[in-house]
Amino acid sequence: MTKILADTSRCVGAGQCVLTDPDAFDQDEDEGLVIVLAPEPSDEAALERARRAALICPSQALSLAE
Amino acid sequence: MTAPQLQTTRSCPFAPPPEHVQLRDLEAPTKVTMPDGQEAWAVARLEDVRALLTDPRFSSDRSRPGFPVLVKQRPKPGMFRPVLLTMDPPEHGPARRAVVGEFTVRRMEALRPRIQQIVDEHIDALLAGPAPADLVQALSLPVPSLVICEMLGVPYADHDFFQNCSTQMLRRTTPPEQRAKAADEIRSYLRDLLAQKRAHPADDLLTRQLPRYDDPEDLVGLAFLLLIAGHETTANMISLGVVTLLDHPDQLAALLAHPALTPAAVEELLRYFTIAEFATSRVAKEDVELGGALIKAGDGVVTLGNAANRDPAAFARGDEFDVERGARHHIAFGFGPHQCLGQNLARLELQIVFDTLFRRIPSLRLAAGVDDLPFKDDASIYGIYELPVTWSAP
Ligand code: HEM
Ligand code: SF4
Repeated sequence: MTKILADTSRCVGAGQCVLTDPDAFDQDEDEGLVIVLAPEPSDEAALERARRAALICPSQALSLAE
Repeated sequence: MTAPQLQTTRSCPFAPPPEHVQLRDLEAPTKVTMPDGQEAWAVARLEDVRALLTDPRFSSDRSRPGFPVLVKQRPKPGMFRPVLLTMDPPEHGPARRAVVGEFTVRRMEALRPRIQQIVDEHIDALLAGPAPADLVQALSLPVPSLVICEMLGVPYADHDFFQNCSTQMLRRTTPPEQRAKAADEIRSYLRDLLAQKRAHPADDLLTRQLPRYDDPEDLVGLAFLLLIAGHETTANMISLGVVTLLDHPDQLAALLAHPALTPAAVEELLRYFTIAEFATSRVAKEDVELGGALIKAGDGVVTLGNAANRDPAAFARGDEFDVERGARHHIAFGFGPHQCLGQNLARLELQIVFDTLFRRIPSLRLAAGVDDLPFKDDASIYGIYELPVTWSAP
């Protein structure tokens, strides 16, 4: 099962992940840092969105672990 | 041999200068001569720009001697104190976290009804006035300006004053003394405003930031950055977007038929123009190998962002404008820890404007030829000074 990992110490709150998949990502109200709502992509489409989010994230805070 | 002069103006309003494309298509980054005579490495491949902007060995500190500038006369170092945009780690992270919560996707989405109302009111006023009219003054500038003023808690009644100052500051041809004077005027205005907020707290971003700052002067710097970055950039994108969509009637028709396309169209416009392409320039703190070039400590690196955003290695048919592309891996908002703080505000404003304007005024058209429009060839941020438009009575 692939898992989305988020390193909040790198996150800069750009919100690009939320734009990519609002069902999988959110930002905390205070510091704008990433919250992974759905760490395990449920299907191929969700996995593809997670890959895109990791590619687009400006601070390289997101990664996928098999 | 001296390095070739960097071309700093776009010959075609819709494309990077051909010289930038040539530089991008070389084997490796190469040196160019900046307008002040100093040399810098030109970086123009998307991959290299992304590597540059995520490498902590490069600094954002504009007061370092090697930092590339676009003006003929370098500003004196130490004229300004560090602000978010110019900070490196470890200062940058905490400074960004102190404010980024104000700009989350969710917070921005909550502004939608108010932004829609502002846009509608300005279109009402435009339609009530004579045609042709200048869209820059009627819509492009006032909408983002009002929005950022309300967010920050800056009285909009003073917008003529700071818009004037910011236009002077961003014009590369403004003499250095005058540029410094314009900046000082905004600073002293904001200093007074913050003192008022300390005495009379209000429900706005600047009031909420007050307790986070030990030195009030640091908050003046942030307020200044947000005020200028918050309206000039978006205003230019509104004007450029209107021209481009009117110039591509088939794509405008597709957009009108499928409003769900608007976010993708906004990304495409951001990519296609990359209006703040030099804002992502850096200076090396150590020797670094980047894209096949050895960049020495102290060397400046200038980013040719518009050419990078059309890099064939990253975008198929990158020179074509395609509202359906929907690519968000462009660097129009930069990349790395400094990626634009206001990006989701800008996206929302642009989406609402394009969604509303063409729907409410289907007969909107330019009242001048595209070639006759005054494009901002002499400014740090690309755009249009004046945009005459006309329409038929509905
Ligand atoms: C279409 C509109 C905009 C464009 C193209 C744009 C572009 C950029 C770029 C390229 C950067 C990165 C600079 C660097 O790497 O050194 C940046 C940073 C920044 N932008 Fe924007 N911007 C836009 C709108 C806004 C708005 C609306 C705001 C404020 C409300 C804003 C505030 C900022 C701030 C504060 C930074 C510095 C962030 C940091 O250093 O951590 N921008 N912008
Ligand atoms: S895209 Fe990256 S930096 Fe931005 S909020 Fe998501 S994890 Fe954080």
